[in-house]
Amino acid sequence: MTLLSRGLVAASAIALSAAATPVMAKTFIYCSEASPEGFDPAPYTAGSTFDASAHPVYNRLTEFKKGTTEVEPGLAESWEVSEDGTVYTFKLRPGVKWHSNDKFTPTRDLNADDVVFSFERQADANHPWNQYISGLSYEYYNSMDMPKLVKSVEKVDDLTVKVTLNQPEAPFLANVAMPFMSIVSKEYADALEAAGTKEDLNNAPIGTGPFKFVAYQKDAVIRYQKNPDYWGTAPLIDDLVFAITPDAAVRLQKLKAGECHLMPYPAPADIEAIKADSNLKLDEQAGLNVGYLAYNTTVAPFDNPKVRKALNMAINKQAIVDAVFQGAAEPAKNPIPPTMWSYNDAIQDDPYDPEAAKAALAEAGVQNLEMEIWAMPVQRPYMPNARRTAELMQEDLSKAGVQASIVSYEWGEYLSKSMDPGRAGAVILGWTGDNGDPDNFLSVLLSCASAGEGGANRAFWCNQEFSDLLQKAKTTADQAERTKLYEQAQVIFKEQAPWFTIAHSTQYVPMRQNVTGFVMSPLGDYTFETVDITE
Amino acid sequence: MSDVSVKLSDAAIRRRQLSEFWFYFSRNKGAVVGLVIFLLMVLTALFADWIAPHNPTVQFRDALLVPPAWQEGGRPEFLLGTDPVGRDILSRLIKGSQYSLFIGIVVVSIALVGGVIIGLVAGFFGGWIDALIMRIMDVILAFPSLLLALVLVAVLGPGLTNAMIAIAIVYQPHFARLTRAAVMAEQRREYVSAARVAGAGNMRLMFLTILPNCVAPLIVQATLSFSSAVLDAAALGFLGMGAQPPAPEWGTMLAEAREFISRAWWVATFPGLAILIAVLAINLMGDGLRDALDPKLKRS
Amino acid sequence: MFRFILSRLLYLVPTFIGITIIAFSFPRFLEGDPVLLMAGERGVSPERHAELSAQLGYDQPLVVQYFDFLGRLLHGDLGTSLVTKKPVLAEFLSLFPATVELGLVAILLAVLLGVPIGVIAAIKRGSWFDQLSMTGALVGFSMPIFWWGLLLIIFFSGYLGWTPVSGRISLMYFFPNVTGFMLIDSLISGQDGAFVSALRHLILPSIVLATIPLAVIARQTRSAMLEVMSEDYVRTARAKGMPRRRVIGVHALRNALIPVVTTIGLQIGVLLAGAILTETIFSWPGIGKWMIDSISRRDYPVVQSGLLLIAGVVMVVNLLVDLTYGLINPRIRHR
Repeated sequence: MTLLSRGLVAASAIALSAAATPVMAKTFIYCSEASPEGFDPAPYTAGSTFDASAHPVYNRLTEFKKGTTEVEPGLAESWEVSEDGTVYTFKLRPGVKWHSNDKFTPTRDLNADDVVFSFERQADANHPWNQYISGLSYEYYNSMDMPKLVKSVEKVDDLTVKVTLNQPEAPFLANVAMPFMSIVSKEYADALEAAGTKEDLNNAPIGTGPFKFVAYQKDAVIRYQKNPDYWGTAPLIDDLVFAITPDAAVRLQKLKAGECHLMPYPAPADIEAIKADSNLKLDEQAGLNVGYLAYNTTVAPFDNPKVRKALNMAINKQAIVDAVFQGAAEPAKNPIPPTMWSYNDAIQDDPYDPEAAKAALAEAGVQNLEMEIWAMPVQRPYMPNARRTAELMQEDLSKAGVQASIVSYEWGEYLSKSMDPGRAGAVILGWTGDNGDPDNFLSVLLSCASAGEGGANRAFWCNQEFSDLLQKAKTTADQAERTKLYEQAQVIFKEQAPWFTIAHSTQYVPMRQNVTGFVMSPLGDYTFETVDITE
Repeated sequence: MSDVSVKLSDAAIRRRQLSEFWFYFSRNKGAVVGLVIFLLMVLTALFADWIAPHNPTVQFRDALLVPPAWQEGGRPEFLLGTDPVGRDILSRLIKGSQYSLFIGIVVVSIALVGGVIIGLVAGFFGGWIDALIMRIMDVILAFPSLLLALVLVAVLGPGLTNAMIAIAIVYQPHFARLTRAAVMAEQRREYVSAARVAGAGNMRLMFLTILPNCVAPLIVQATLSFSSAVLDAAALGFLGMGAQPPAPEWGTMLAEAREFISRAWWVATFPGLAILIAVLAINLMGDGLRDALDPKLKRS
Repeated sequence: MFRFILSRLLYLVPTFIGITIIAFSFPRFLEGDPVLLMAGERGVSPERHAELSAQLGYDQPLVVQYFDFLGRLLHGDLGTSLVTKKPVLAEFLSLFPATVELGLVAILLAVLLGVPIGVIAAIKRGSWFDQLSMTGALVGFSMPIFWWGLLLIIFFSGYLGWTPVSGRISLMYFFPNVTGFMLIDSLISGQDGAFVSALRHLILPSIVLATIPLAVIARQTRSAMLEVMSEDYVRTARAKGMPRRRVIGVHALRNALIPVVTTIGLQIGVLLAGAILTETIFSWPGIGKWMIDSISRRDYPVVQSGLLLIAGVVMVVNLLVDLTYGLINPRIRHR
């Protein structure tokens, strides 16, 4: 507190001596949890990278409305969709200014060339900007199936872009709002190419967003400045600083000491202490995620839904929520989180009942069952401590007469071995939503298509009826119609029980008392154009 | 020794050496304290299952993060409190003493045996064999030990066994160097030449004639390595590369407790304290051993 | 002297080749696949996987890769990080000053405290000061520093609020990175209070990092002093009636410092190992934390070249210590 205010005075003193800046520069410090991999959002996948690049510096054609997963106009003022749902015509916002830095001053506003460029450099492997640094790959563009989906991107006039798809795709507008579809400046790229410093696209980003990139000191600090020409509502703070602090305990100490204003991902164990601290406040929101235990539904006896149901009854979900999440989660009954549209709240969860579980196992003809529980070695937003979860499951299962052993691998191995169809054990894993569309959970994690190689269906569960519902929903434009289809799909999921759904972890954002205007994003993004500091 | 006019039997000499050793060792009070603590630790480890008030793996679901008994909210049955899943910390620490002793013994044994053999070979044969071996040792020593151990564990896969192997590999050059130096010094002595003349083979010369005379510095180095091994294994555990939870290895316990450090001080404090005490006791003992075994320091 | 230096340099060549082999090969045997790590929970198709692996050059035989590695090394190319896509050397150079700064302050702390403590303890052998300081030194020597660091943060930064929690300087200060050393850069910037802030941020990490070297140096100084003080010439000097202070200051201390200098040189490896833990705990943006992160992300090029660079630094420092030793102790030179 004292340090911060003293620092502020010092900062304003500097500002005064530097003359150009206003009298009292407002500096907002965010204790971020990881270093950005780079500042070009397209080739990367980490949320912390997007928080440092896509959100402050860039914009997209469409944007997620603050605090929701609804899509609203971004750099595209409006759009039209053709009757058959395959042609999208985007009208760009006129007069959007690009940032400048000491090496580059834009001569024109945003136009259709920039949009076409931003698509093509990812789509076309032979594009001169596809491999502007060797070894780049566009994981999100690929994993969102954009190469299969997008047929062409054309400039109609300076402010109109036409995107043609190969088939109708309801979530397309949400895909376009994702960080990897950030619009970069073609003019800047040309200038870099001429100067022979192409890699600066990744080091010194030029965007249209609310903040201008100033400097990055590896693994330590990122600095941004307010963009005075921002097309949207201008930010309320003058300077934005990311203090990179990977350790959650240290982050909290820094927040308490007033060395930063806001932090992501507090340790669940610290939530009570944060609530009790009068200098801090805590925003919370159900996270857009799910943690699960996936059985291998192709291996006996787990191919029998009755066995899976019985095991689900043997595990005490509430105990996991209490001991592992420290209460900072909602027990999960569906594969999608309750904040997502089409969540089917009518579904009844399997009760925790070790005796019934035992009986059900006996009825299914299963005795002295031995199984593996796979616990991942890393902490994820949907699962603070998989090993502890596995230990609890092990205890519970033993009460139902099931011998479970805990297995773990190095994270990369874990991810690949868990996709081996011959895998013996049940796997703890989870998912955090990318774009707020139910398809982004259900298709990716549970459809027949993703049960094969390269997919992410770790239960190898292929239910034709379920997959057909998803496919139908995907090509339907009407949301009410889609909701019905997804609700139905969740009923099938519950009957078949390919997973033991563990929990939807709650997202907490601790901040100093004097921070106002922070809006939590269900997608787990941290954005600061609306925050302010009151003194 | 040579000017003792009365001929003593081997056993008598040994007994005298031992009592002389104990005389110097026991003069160092710290060493005695260290020895006592260490013996207590050994006893704790041996009888862990009987001493521990609870089973170290049992989760008391109604007792998550209970503070130590003397604190408000503490419960007498959990003297040092419980961890986030309700396991008794004291019992886990007691069980953990087995891990630490085991780590020390295994690491020192591997490093000692490996290092001694390598050092003997290098020192005894000399020439290019010596040059090659010592360059390899130099290479290993050029890397900071913890870093090399980390990479080795990453290669072998995280886990207690691999951590011990990695640490032993990193420590072994110290033993090799010591042995080599001692061998080279001893080789010029008369008794070695005498034995060689008497027709002793290389093996016999190396292991039975020379080796017993380099034991003192090796023992001192072994004690030092024992304590460093406990520390380094704990550090690896802390970085997530050592023993894997739920094993109650102290460093691993500390790593698991890290997120609770501001909420439940006892989960993070006691394992660290246990490491400190164990390492300190062994180092105290090591100091005493050096005083008693190193004749040069004995005088001062 | 020139021949001495040259012989030492030649002596290093095989060691250096050995280092390149270890640095190259160990990371290549790391279990785990960077491609899979990048894909995360979503998985990656086999075709795409093969494509990406080929892009990274991992489909070549190992020996070919090794000579490729050496060839690039001779051109000063240490590879590119898989994660950040930046040259490893550039990353190393941007982080190394932070580690050096921390290490230098720590070793300074250790020497400035350790040598006087050792000397006083030796002179007042058996006194309460001797016993207390040597017990303290042994405790320091036995300290699990990762735990020690956490305790210090909780107490001094959390409970008392005296020291900053992490970072290198208050973020309110912003000035160009000239030398990479925050203490120097803050002075150059001329901003009010910047230097003090940088210093305050160094306190806890340097204490933690200095703990073990301090203990070692204090103990080493004491025993070297005791040894020298029992040597004949010191006894003679005293017998001749030379004042005690002069005997200790002129004769004993100077001779005792020779082994102490070596000890300090040997602490560089200890310091770098300690830096791994200290930097992890204090989120200090140095090479120790960088290596840990790279190992867990399976960023092979960084682990390979990082190992090489770190071992290289250790080697150079040892060489310098060796040479200094040769300077102050001419007997060594003609061995």
